[in-house]
Amino acid sequence: MKPAAFEYLAPRSVEEAVALLAERGEDAKVIAGGQSLVPMMAFRLATPAALVDLNGVSELDHARVDRDTLVLGATARHRSVQELAGLRERCAMVAEAVGLIGHPPIRNRGTAGGSIAHADPAAEWPALLLALDGEVDAMGPGGRRTIAAADLFRTYFTTALAPDEILTEVRLPLPAGAVGSAFVEVAQRHGDFAVAGAGALMIVADDGSVADARLVLIGVRDTAVRSVAAETILRGASPTDPVLDDATNAIRSEIDPVSDVHGSSAYRRRVAIAVARRAVTLARDRAHAAVA
Amino acid sequence: MTTRLFGERVARSEDRRLLTGRGRYTGDFEPAAAHAAFVRSDFAHARITGIDVAAAQAVPGVLDVFTYADLADGFADRLPLLVPSDKLIAPRTQHALAKDEACYAGEVLAMVVARDRYVAEDALERIVVEYEPLPAAVDLDRAAGPNAPLAHLDMTDNLAGLVTEETGDVDAAFAAAPHVYDWTLRMERSASMPIETRGVVARYDEREDRLLVHDATQAPTGVRFGLAMLFGMDPDRVHVVAPDVGGGFGVKVIQFYPEEVLVPWAARRLGVPVKWIEDRREHFLGSNHERGQIHHVHVGAADDGRILALEDRFLHDTGAYCSYGLILPIITAAQLPGPYDLENYRYELRSIFTNTVPTSPFRGAGRPHAAYVMERVIERVSKELNLDSLDVRRRNFVKEFPHHVGVTFQDGGPTVYDSGDYPKGLATLLEQLDLERTRTEIATARAEGRTVGLGFGAYVEGTGIGPYEGASVSINPDGTVSVATAHGSQGQAHETVFAQVVADELQVPFERVHVTTGDTRRLGFGVGTFASRTAVVAGNAVLLATTEVKRQAAAVAARILEVAPEDVVFADGAIHVAGAPDRSIPLGRLAMASNPTRYAFGADAEEGAKLSQLAYEGGDRPLPEGSHPGLAATEYYSPTSGVFGFGFHAALVEIDLETGHVDILRYVVHHDSGRIINPMVVEGQIHGGVAQGIGGALYERIAYGEEGQMLNATFMDFLMVTAAEMPRIEEVHTETPSPNNPLGIKGVGEAGTIPVSATIANAISDALNTPVDHMPVTPEEVLTLAGKIESP
Ligand SMILES: Cc1cc2nc3c(=O)[nH]c(=O)nc-3n(C[C@H](O)[C@H](O)[C@H](O)COP(=O)(O)OP(=O)(O)OC[C@H]3O[C@@H](n4cnc5c(N)ncnc54)[C@H](O)[C@@H]3O)c2cc1C
Repeated sequence: MKPAAFEYLAPRSVEEAVALLAERGEDAKVIAGGQSLVPMMAFRLATPAALVDLNGVSELDHARVDRDTLVLGATARHRSVQELAGLRERCAMVAEAVGLIGHPPIRNRGTAGGSIAHADPAAEWPALLLALDGEVDAMGPGGRRTIAAADLFRTYFTTALAPDEILTEVRLPLPAGAVGSAFVEVAQRHGDFAVAGAGALMIVADDGSVADARLVLIGVRDTAVRSVAAETILRGASPTDPVLDDATNAIRSEIDPVSDVHGSSAYRRRVAIAVARRAVTLARDRAHAAVA
Repeated sequence: MTTRLFGERVARSEDRRLLTGRGRYTGDFEPAAAHAAFVRSDFAHARITGIDVAAAQAVPGVLDVFTYADLADGFADRLPLLVPSDKLIAPRTQHALAKDEACYAGEVLAMVVARDRYVAEDALERIVVEYEPLPAAVDLDRAAGPNAPLAHLDMTDNLAGLVTEETGDVDAAFAAAPHVYDWTLRMERSASMPIETRGVVARYDEREDRLLVHDATQAPTGVRFGLAMLFGMDPDRVHVVAPDVGGGFGVKVIQFYPEEVLVPWAARRLGVPVKWIEDRREHFLGSNHERGQIHHVHVGAADDGRILALEDRFLHDTGAYCSYGLILPIITAAQLPGPYDLENYRYELRSIFTNTVPTSPFRGAGRPHAAYVMERVIERVSKELNLDSLDVRRRNFVKEFPHHVGVTFQDGGPTVYDSGDYPKGLATLLEQLDLERTRTEIATARAEGRTVGLGFGAYVEGTGIGPYEGASVSINPDGTVSVATAHGSQGQAHETVFAQVVADELQVPFERVHVTTGDTRRLGFGVGTFASRTAVVAGNAVLLATTEVKRQAAAVAARILEVAPEDVVFADGAIHVAGAPDRSIPLGRLAMASNPTRYAFGADAEEGAKLSQLAYEGGDRPLPEGSHPGLAATEYYSPTSGVFGFGFHAALVEIDLETGHVDILRYVVHHDSGRIINPMVVEGQIHGGVAQGIGGALYERIAYGEEGQMLNATFMDFLMVTAAEMPRIEEVHTETPSPNNPLGIKGVGEAGTIPVSATIANAISDALNTPVDHMPVTPEEVLTLAGKIESP
């Protein structure tokens, strides 16, 4: 479990990083928190010839709430997001999701940008990006481009980012008003990747009906997924328990969990529905509390 | 003033070192050594038709690459059979490097020694092994059945060993039993998983012809004698040190793992120190596992729940090899009856080879299975007969001691429970639990629609087996006391509890007693730290050695003080004349006086010299007949048989029927291991044991695919239980002294683990009102048992 030899490169700017990446070609990889890449290198599942380390690129290391948007530089640590004052009140779903990532040492080093670029279907950040209709900036030899969440995640561990592109910034719009949200997951042990997880957000209108609803699921197919079916049922409806039941049952057609050593597809389905129901219920109750 | 530390919550003296990063582990020695790495079989079962190491040899920084062809003499033989038995039909142990057949994925095929581990792993990638894959026996049931794939090419079935024993007249008892049942119970494979993996560092000094090995082992003495034999060296030239060891739980006492032979061999052959520190992946694939068993029980019961007859036919998964012979299933069989008096009991055990990592004792060692089977039997019989299972337990208890179980114990003698008080133990548990209130709470919770259940588990733990352990105790000229025992500690608290015993006997301050463990340079003879035996066997040896040193000190003091040896008293680090505390000699000065030589330095040295002159003035020789210089003794303690601790656990669980999660609301432990030297240490042992028990009940299992590939060989996939999964443990104790040893103690190392699977299974069974006959129970299985999802 020792990595193969590699060249280590420590750029000081995004520009320099992009240039190094372009120069070294396919065999070079960006390293951010290293919490996913280093274990893969230790098993020699990844054997990059060169590592371009983003940790010395200070322009990427920021985390703030800018009016109604959570803005994160690519190397913002999970922990830095947890420490943003008022985030839980502003959007409980984000605070809860980030608190569910691994353990403190992992959150101290792991980054939002790395998690999104890595695109594990059970990871929390891609789900947050999808749920909040966020976007990311990517910088490559051809310049900067912005990619919307819906266009980013392709399949297992695969995004629309080109190998010579660096993800530089993540932006998550935080809805305002009578909004409630939650992130609920089931993991086998504390800190494990989720068996299944769900993030829900709900905005209630003055008449008590659902003005907006978002439901995102992780661990249920090749990428994190927004449940269009559930959201369609919820929008405009009165969020009674039976309606929430209907909405969460509607996810069945949109999920396709795999069977593995930790459980069968049938088990994951049941858990996915359970966490979806819990998340939606919490989001509704919190939205109601926000009105009151 | 006499003080007594035996029974006190003395803070562990090793903690300061261990908790502040000052421990010295095997990996800390020989920082400049070359590193070894191993090619391990990709296949569970394959013929090895060729290994090409040329490209690996050419990697810069590689010192050498070895395969079986490089081994000669004893090194080319199969590794030793640690526990032979005439019931072993097919004794099979592995070669240090596989010869021509690999029998599990992970078996070592070739060894690289290189400048560092990175280079060594680069070289591994360049070794080309030609395999001819063979069918693999993986599933235990299947491997034991007809037409199974064969685990070894030279065998016609997979039966490693077979033992049957009977006490009473089982057939007659079944014929007369009003109720007869048949049940099958399964427990899956798991593993010890110490945080520190294994490791070996060896240095051979050619000029002095000396071999020094640091080994993260639980039994350095055996490694030393074994290596001396293998190398044909005078044992005095071979020393093995087990420094601080970061957990063992059984997996570090195999004698010999291939690496323990190969690393010293390479160090001598290459003339450089060689180090191998196992990584976690190697630990999963190359260090022993345990637990896998399948039991078919046939039970005859009376109307009142008394077990009239019990027959258990069971399969034990020994993995690819059986260096521990049949010891594990024999422990299961001998301790299956637990605290119950089974007059008619018969077992038939079959130990089965599979193409998986070999198995050997892991904390609990065959007993968690025994307790699980017996306690499920008690619960099911109670359920069938509509009886309170606590009443059924009481009715079946052994009540008189010593109690002969009627079958053979792991040491080859009869299984005899030395002492116990089971009704009192159960009553103590129930009092802590507050049974009536708990039952009311359960009724209320159920009325609210919650899924809660209460389960019990009982066990006995045979501990403190022979053959022997020793201890050296000496009083130093500065008044400190040095104590050495042969075998290492893996975090228990040997340094603390042995010092307590010595400090009490000699009446010296605890801080002045220094204990060394696990260094064959200090004490060469010993057996090892395993089977909950150290406190009992080494602890009593420490007492014997201290008693002898005391006798010597009293004799010397008596001569100097001109009184009879019976008239001196040990107090405050000195000896004085009874009734005349001012006529005293500090123990340090006495140590000098007992060694009529020149210590030279310090004021006491002069005093000491004067004291020894006193002998001449009295017309005596400095060393009277039968005495020796110094106040020092080495003594050995050899028990006639094991001593049996016991206890009862209770778990209150709540089940989430949507996710299958089992929440342990309360976990209550009653425990009795005879007299307690240090309650804090005993509680720690119980806590750790319960943690591993909960791991085994709900989280931890080694999963193999059909082809014999391990599916979860990482800590991401093997769900080792963490502190976050632990409930608060409520712990109550009784102390039933053992009549069999001077200290009245019994072992405790494995106690906490043994009944946990039984207890949790019974609690889940109570909550779901359905049998739980497979361990561990995953959330998915809970849902399946509850009828919420189809079994996959
Ligand atoms: C024990 C453990 C438990 C964990 N549990 C969870 C969990 O529950 N949930 C969860 O979401 N995660 C979990 N993780 C993963 C963790 O969150 C990682 O930090 C994260 O997935 C990757 O972020 P990183 O900064 O460490 O990326 P790295 O490991 O440095 O990189 C990961 C990949 O992304 C690429 N990359 C990184 N940054 C960029 C960038 N700016 N632009 C382009 N490519 C980039 C790298 O080249 C690499 O391919 C766990 C990790 C461990 C070790």
